[in-house]
Amino acid sequence: MNLLRLSLAYIRARALNSALNVLLLALGVGTIVVLLLFTHQLQQRLERDSDGIDLVVGAKGSPLQLILSSVYHVDIPTGNIPLQDAEKLKTNPLIKSAVPLALGDSYEGFRIVGTNHDYVSLYQGKPAQGRLWEKPYEAVLGSEVAAHARLNLGDKFVGSHGLVEGGEKHEHSPYTVVGLLAPSGSVLDRLVLTSVESVWEIHGQGPHEKDEDEDENGSDPTKPRHVQPQELTALLVQYASPMAAAMLPRQINSQSALQAASPAFESARLLNLVGVGVQTVQAFALVLILCAGLSVFIALYNALRERSYDLAVMRSLGASPGKLLVAILIEGMILACAGVVLGLVLGHALTEVLGTWLHASQRVYITGWTVVPGEFLLIVAALAVGLLSALLPAVLAYRTDIAEVLARR
Amino acid sequence: MTEPAFAVKHLRHAYNGEEVLRLDDWSVAEGESWLVLGPSGSGKTTLLHILAGILAPTEGSVSVAGRALRELPASELDRFRGRNIGIVFQRLHLISSLTILGNLLLAQYLAGASRDIGAARGLLASLGLADKGDSRPRALSFGQSQRAAVARAVVNSPRLILADEPTSNLDDANAAAALDVLLAQARACNAALVIATHDRRIRDRFERQITLAGGA
Repeated sequence: MNLLRLSLAYIRARALNSALNVLLLALGVGTIVVLLLFTHQLQQRLERDSDGIDLVVGAKGSPLQLILSSVYHVDIPTGNIPLQDAEKLKTNPLIKSAVPLALGDSYEGFRIVGTNHDYVSLYQGKPAQGRLWEKPYEAVLGSEVAAHARLNLGDKFVGSHGLVEGGEKHEHSPYTVVGLLAPSGSVLDRLVLTSVESVWEIHGQGPHEKDEDEDENGSDPTKPRHVQPQELTALLVQYASPMAAAMLPRQINSQSALQAASPAFESARLLNLVGVGVQTVQAFALVLILCAGLSVFIALYNALRERSYDLAVMRSLGASPGKLLVAILIEGMILACAGVVLGLVLGHALTEVLGTWLHASQRVYITGWTVVPGEFLLIVAALAVGLLSALLPAVLAYRTDIAEVLARR
Repeated sequence: MTEPAFAVKHLRHAYNGEEVLRLDDWSVAEGESWLVLGPSGSGKTTLLHILAGILAPTEGSVSVAGRALRELPASELDRFRGRNIGIVFQRLHLISSLTILGNLLLAQYLAGASRDIGAARGLLASLGLADKGDSRPRALSFGQSQRAAVARAVVNSPRLILADEPTSNLDDANAAAALDVLLAQARACNAALVIATHDRRIRDRFERQITLAGGA
């Protein structure tokens, strides 16, 4: 017999109530764990995808849209820019490198990106099989695309018009797979890469597409505008010096028909927007944890009244007041620890389930089997709530006047 | 002559200025059994609490096994009580979350004595509770509970056993049995036994008695 076993015996004696307290705490902790895991991994993903890109230059429009479309490949592009403007920009001494992007088509929901080999090196991508593209109509597939489409080296496929599935197919000009990229954990895994010229040639050929694009430019902003020959969708720019960060965006935005947007700034803005929702849910989860603390407090406080004789008897059996204090604290901590452990398990498992589901439907890869730094703070906070809620009952136990309790009739 | 199990000198206790206990000199040797008599409110329970070191008297001194309780620091007093004084409460107060054996082991643990499951089980067996060690107090009859409470009080072989109204809720046969158990256990540990009671049925069994008159 020791204090731990004594506390466990009391917890067992109130099994239902204890389970409820543990569950309440676990729900709060679990909710926060899910949020932490999601936001952390999403943030990591966003940072990884924009790593090495200091500035994106594209057509005028929403800067967030420009970043979403040409860095993360989720939104439709803001428009296209003339090749000569892009070429002129590349000669700017503030620019170290500029990777061209030409968007417009997709294959089974994966975007076909016309670019050069620098784009692959940006994400440290390497062909797992085959090689990178050299000639028009040669394509290299990201790892997820290859896995999803079950295409191998030498296979042919046709892109479809537009960035979502179900667009008109470019049957007249199939691509040939010449390379499959190794998984990189970046946006590269979900892209089909080819040369800018391939994209130009496909859209230069079709007679009907020209007409369609002409009215699109004016009337329908929800439809992606496709690259025409001698146009690019965006340039991914790396600065030559830190000074460029101060000068280049202003130069581009004020002096040309182009728009410059910073991925770091825009993703921070995006996370801020998402953050409001996350913070709301987090606040609810915190309330849940505080409720759990309150519930543990009420449980221990009530138990104390039922247990006042027990406490007095324990004193008469030789327990010091300090021992009773510790026994009650241990009881609170056992409940808190159980709640935290259960919450961590629930949170991670739920994240894994949601992540698997999201992966299938949204191609966003989030796993529950990882630990993020915020969790340690959460564990400490939840245990502190447990300790605090046990503190007052413990102090009351410490102060019990045993003679008075035992003399009660 | 060995030192007394306990000795009381010039004891006075008052609640809110009203004197409830007055006892001048009382000394009890090891192995002696005493009855403390007196009507309700005469301070019997108060006396037991003072002897147990649960309550500090307003005036006077109590020494148990040669140690003056007043001079023991608080934490030492708790331990001293656990090791040397066994108390059987009127309402028993077995801890209901623990098994009967758990109650005995708790008494060993809290007194700072080494844990001895064999001795605890042996004690239960000697009180006819061999098969009750793993039961909860709720599952026991009153008579069994009372024997279990006696077992908990004597598990650390105390020098002094205090019992508060051990027979008041019992019929004649059971009252006699309860006394037998207390006397036998006190003899087994060579402990002094003090029973506070207003139960006239058991007066004849004790040679040594004191009567409290209550507040002056």
